[in-house]
Amino acid sequence: MENQQKYPRKVISILVENHYGVLARISSMFNRRSFNIDSIAASETIDPEITRITITVHVDENMLKQMLLQTRRLEEVREAFVLDGDSLQRELLLIKIAADRENLPSLRDIAGVYKAKIIDLSPDSLVMELTGKPEKIDGFLNMMKSYDILEMCRTGITALERGTDRIPGKN
Amino acid sequence: MILNGSQIFVEVLAEQGVDTLFGYPGGAVLNLYDELYRNQHRIHHVMTAHEQGASHAADGYARATGKTGVVLATSGPGATNLVTGIATAYMDSVPMVAFTGNVGTPVLGKDAFQEAYIEGITMPITKHNYTVRRVEDLADTMREAFRIAQTGRKGPVLVDIPKDITAASCEFTPAAPAQIPQMTDYDAAALAKAAELINSAKRPVVYFGGGVAVSEQGCTALRALIEKADMPATYTLMAAGVLNYGDARSLGLIGMHGTYTANKTVDSADLVLAIGTRFSDRVALNPGKFAANAQIVQIDIDASEVDKNVPVALSVVGDAAVVLKALLPLVKQTEHREWFAQIAQWQANDYQPKDSETVLKPHQIIREVCDMTGPDTVYVTDVGQHQMWAAQYVRHAKPRGFLTSGGLGTMGYGYGAAIGAQVALGKNQRVIHFTGDGSFHMNLNECCTAVSYELPIITVIFNNQVLGMVRQWQTVFYGKRYSSTDPHRKTNYVKLAEGFGAKGYHCETMAQFRAAMAEALQNSGPSWIECCIDKDEKVLPMIPPGGGVQDITMQD
Repeated sequence: MENQQKYPRKVISILVENHYGVLARISSMFNRRSFNIDSIAASETIDPEITRITITVHVDENMLKQMLLQTRRLEEVREAFVLDGDSLQRELLLIKIAADRENLPSLRDIAGVYKAKIIDLSPDSLVMELTGKPEKIDGFLNMMKSYDILEMCRTGITALERGTDRIPGKN
Repeated sequence: MILNGSQIFVEVLAEQGVDTLFGYPGGAVLNLYDELYRNQHRIHHVMTAHEQGASHAADGYARATGKTGVVLATSGPGATNLVTGIATAYMDSVPMVAFTGNVGTPVLGKDAFQEAYIEGITMPITKHNYTVRRVEDLADTMREAFRIAQTGRKGPVLVDIPKDITAASCEFTPAAPAQIPQMTDYDAAALAKAAELINSAKRPVVYFGGGVAVSEQGCTALRALIEKADMPATYTLMAAGVLNYGDARSLGLIGMHGTYTANKTVDSADLVLAIGTRFSDRVALNPGKFAANAQIVQIDIDASEVDKNVPVALSVVGDAAVVLKALLPLVKQTEHREWFAQIAQWQANDYQPKDSETVLKPHQIIREVCDMTGPDTVYVTDVGQHQMWAAQYVRHAKPRGFLTSGGLGTMGYGYGAAIGAQVALGKNQRVIHFTGDGSFHMNLNECCTAVSYELPIITVIFNNQVLGMVRQWQTVFYGKRYSSTDPHRKTNYVKLAEGFGAKGYHCETMAQFRAAMAEALQNSGPSWIECCIDKDEKVLPMIPPGGGVQDITMQD
């Protein structure tokens, strides 16, 4: 929490060999070196031998440099690079809100503005799904604060660079 | 040809040039040991008293020779007993491959008898590690392990082999060991800039570490560089022996227990050339003020060491041996007379321990050992005051001649490492193990190994009856509150040594020590020489943690 206020958010993309325990290796190293992870997302890429791990952190430039260098030391890491602000960054939010006839119209209005989808509706609650940049998710959650949020879950950022390069940021 | 996992294990070891391994048998590795039994003529297995001793022995073997040390242990407690040894090797970048057995794959993860998740446990203390899940993967995984351990910045790799893998069979294709490529890349422009800085410096100093000591070429190139550019040089614990004792340009050890001159020189320099070293907190005690008046140029094989602890003006990432060799023709032959005159004035004020006619003094004991054994001796230490005294007073004469746990600071490292060194170098090589009564009690059980294999290791025990280094800190920083550092042990080292089948000597005077050494030098097996020293002997000089050379203590 402290770092989030002090330092800017950075998104690191790591391409790793798709082996047992590779996620544990990355997160173990981050923990050992006191690099705090805000979010982490991992999935197989188009090449089944490669997994992409996207990590969000709040750090200064020196810490960011160390993070990248320490990450690249790991045997199973093929690439580790920072995605700049121009990259495509998306997050998925699922949120369950107490809803009744009275507040349903206003919830629908907000959902409409943010293009959130209502994916489950029951007599006393609803679940909405929203995809977007993290700022958009933050803004939407801010609007939802005045309602009774029963549960929520966000995936953390997943990101790609623009353009045709397959593996960007080689260095 | 079709081989089972245990046969593959032995074949790949042989293929990798492994003729010695250290280990301890157990349930999960029975098949491997059965195969080793059949291959005794090809691979010499040294059985220790404890897996930790085996791990330190593999480490000592590697440090003494430059070859990769190999250790084998069973699952569960066998594997966890390796952890301290692996972490020790990791912190000091020692090439090692550790093999562990594990329970069979059908019961992996079911909390079977003697199961431990050693892959997870050793993840942060290895360069890389593996669990072999198919016998078809065993050979290549082992080959990869040896390659990784020796490539770039060296270090330990662990391969965990479930028991059923050691019995299962598959096609095996022999292969030649991988050629380990030397890292020949470096930024030539950065190197040219480094040469410029060296050529224009008025007050340069070289500060170097283990990254130089690991290769003969690195040591040679370093000596040539400091001679040509006429630079003073100071070193870390990991690089003792690169410069001969008494070398006119050597300032001795740097850091917390380094010389006044070494620390003062770095503090006053206008250029610090840091080579194969990582600005640890025992050297850069206050990283914000380290070499405050200097531009720092760093040469290191590991890019992540640049700017990690102390920010530098310029860095050249590459193998120290390669980079130094390339740097040499770029630096001008020069002399720094004024600078050395200034340094000579500081040296006149360096701490000098006082000899005693009556009681045993650490520096006198060490001097005597050096006199009686000569420059070819390999010294191994444990951790604590005796380690620092050894670093300060041994007349270092060669790289790979001073084996010590620098980064992790592992008490109990010494006996195992001495066994590894003696096994590696043969019985005609003199190996001296300096230890303290605290460190020695941790792993003195390995004496039985030295007896079994008739290793003539001479253990010199600095017995001050207390945990001296911790006590020294308690004296200085904790108002002499000696919490748990004065255990009142009644160990009779002479009887204990004899109980193991070794020779033991008790000394209170220099004459007794000389006589004991003379006898020990003739023994075919291990000897212990207990030297009674005062419990308030201190390691001096000392700079407190976070301090600078202005805070140095040079008097009791």
